[in-house]
Amino acid sequence: MLTKRIIPCLDVKDGRTVKGVNFLNLADVGDAVALGRKYAEDGADELVYLDISATFEGRRTFTQLVERVAAEIDIPFTVGGGIGTMEDAARLLDAGADKISINSAAIKNPELIDGIASKYGSQFVVVAIDARLTDEGVWLATTHGGRNMTDKELFSWAREAQERGAGEILFTSMNHDGTKKGYPCDTFARLADMLSIPIIASGGAGSVQDIADVLTAGRADAALAASIFHYNEIPIPVLKKALHEQGVNVRV
Amino acid sequence: MIAIIDYDTGNLRSVKNALHRLGAEFVVTSEHDVIRGAEKVLLPGVGEASAAMQKLRERGLDEVIPTLQVPVLGICIGMQLMCRHSEEGDAKCMGIFDTDVVRFFSERSLTDSMQTSSGSMLNSSGSMQTSSGPFLNSSDSMQTSSGPFQNPPSPTELNDLKIPHMGWNGIEELKTGLFDGVEDGAFVYYVHSFHALMCDEAIAVSHHGVDFCGALCKGNFYGTQFHPEKSGATGARILHNFLKL
Repeated sequence: MLTKRIIPCLDVKDGRTVKGVNFLNLADVGDAVALGRKYAEDGADELVYLDISATFEGRRTFTQLVERVAAEIDIPFTVGGGIGTMEDAARLLDAGADKISINSAAIKNPELIDGIASKYGSQFVVVAIDARLTDEGVWLATTHGGRNMTDKELFSWAREAQERGAGEILFTSMNHDGTKKGYPCDTFARLADMLSIPIIASGGAGSVQDIADVLTAGRADAALAASIFHYNEIPIPVLKKALHEQGVNVRV
Repeated sequence: MIAIIDYDTGNLRSVKNALHRLGAEFVVTSEHDVIRGAEKVLLPGVGEASAAMQKLRERGLDEVIPTLQVPVLGICIGMQLMCRHSEEGDAKCMGIFDTDVVRFFSERSLTDSMQTSSGSMLNSSGSMQTSSGPFLNSSDSMQTSSGPFQNPPSPTELNDLKIPHMGWNGIEELKTGLFDGVEDGAFVYYVHSFHALMCDEAIAVSHHGVDFCGALCKGNFYGTQFHPEKSGATGARILHNFLKL
């Protein structure tokens, strides 16, 4: 049976991971390749590298990093951050990325999904949706890390992304992101009912139970997290063992 | 020397990287003489089956590959092109493996899964003997056969199964030296929406609603539906084994 995936996300600026990491056994915690390799050895099922550089030079460095990750790490990885054109997609594919994640650019220009999916296949395109639950009880997609509200409603936008050729949906609740209080599982389950493509849950994990819940009650196919791994609050082997003991089908 | 066949179906980088990590020397080529002279041949590929097959034909590679005497490994779409036919784009393929490639949970995907499970579900005209619709909801009406997986998916299960089949899945019933040192149930990475129907040439079986060929072998020809180049230590072991064949 297909297993549920656990995916650490690494934020990269100017080619180096930025979040403080307290892995004592890594000489250079800013080395994004070494950290990725460590996660892979710990049992991560995939990796996500998110470029948060704001400069052209930073982007160029990120592409070089992608080449190194592809050369040195033998599990699949997704790259995201600032991908806005077909040329960006081509450059990262050539560098060796297995998938790219597009977010704000897809909202601005939904045809980008069609273009990338038809040229490189749906398996290459992850559409990331950062959505916020409004006071009126509507989930609306946001851009720029949640700062800008759009008029795109989560469920219809996710369905549109699937129809345009997205291979996966990465959904982050901006109401839960950073709270460590768990995921909105009912919203994830509703997404799973609607979509035929896999769903990656992001934002809100604070405990093993939160992740177990979103993979079972929330019916997500994968859980992505950053700080619980970076700060070693829940090491991946501990997480996977605990999930396995709870009957969640994971690769152990 | 190892030849990686280049027929313009996209990115070969991950296969090249994997061979680099194993310290193997290789060339990337579509030249017939180079391929014929290689000790091992790899046929990777991504994309759509009929288009990929067309690209092989344009280069005359569909004539060359089936005549090779050395170990040949098709990966993902490369393996599918070595089968008889694919439902993807209704593509006639090279016919090395005696099986067909179908879309997950297409009519043939489901009926074939029941047929191989029970061996007696189809009458002589090929239609189902049960009147309970396309899906069996009770496994006790089925004869069991060898193998760990028998039950066709229930409608509820089917509804929950995602296409593409993407992620890590176990491989069982492993055969041949390709899987030396790989344990039954080991996990490998898959990304695909079409699968090869079960057949005698299966050397690894995975399950996603239905049983399907995780890998195939016929003589010197091998194919893996999964991506050994993206399957961590297990995948590296399988590629290493192939290079030692």
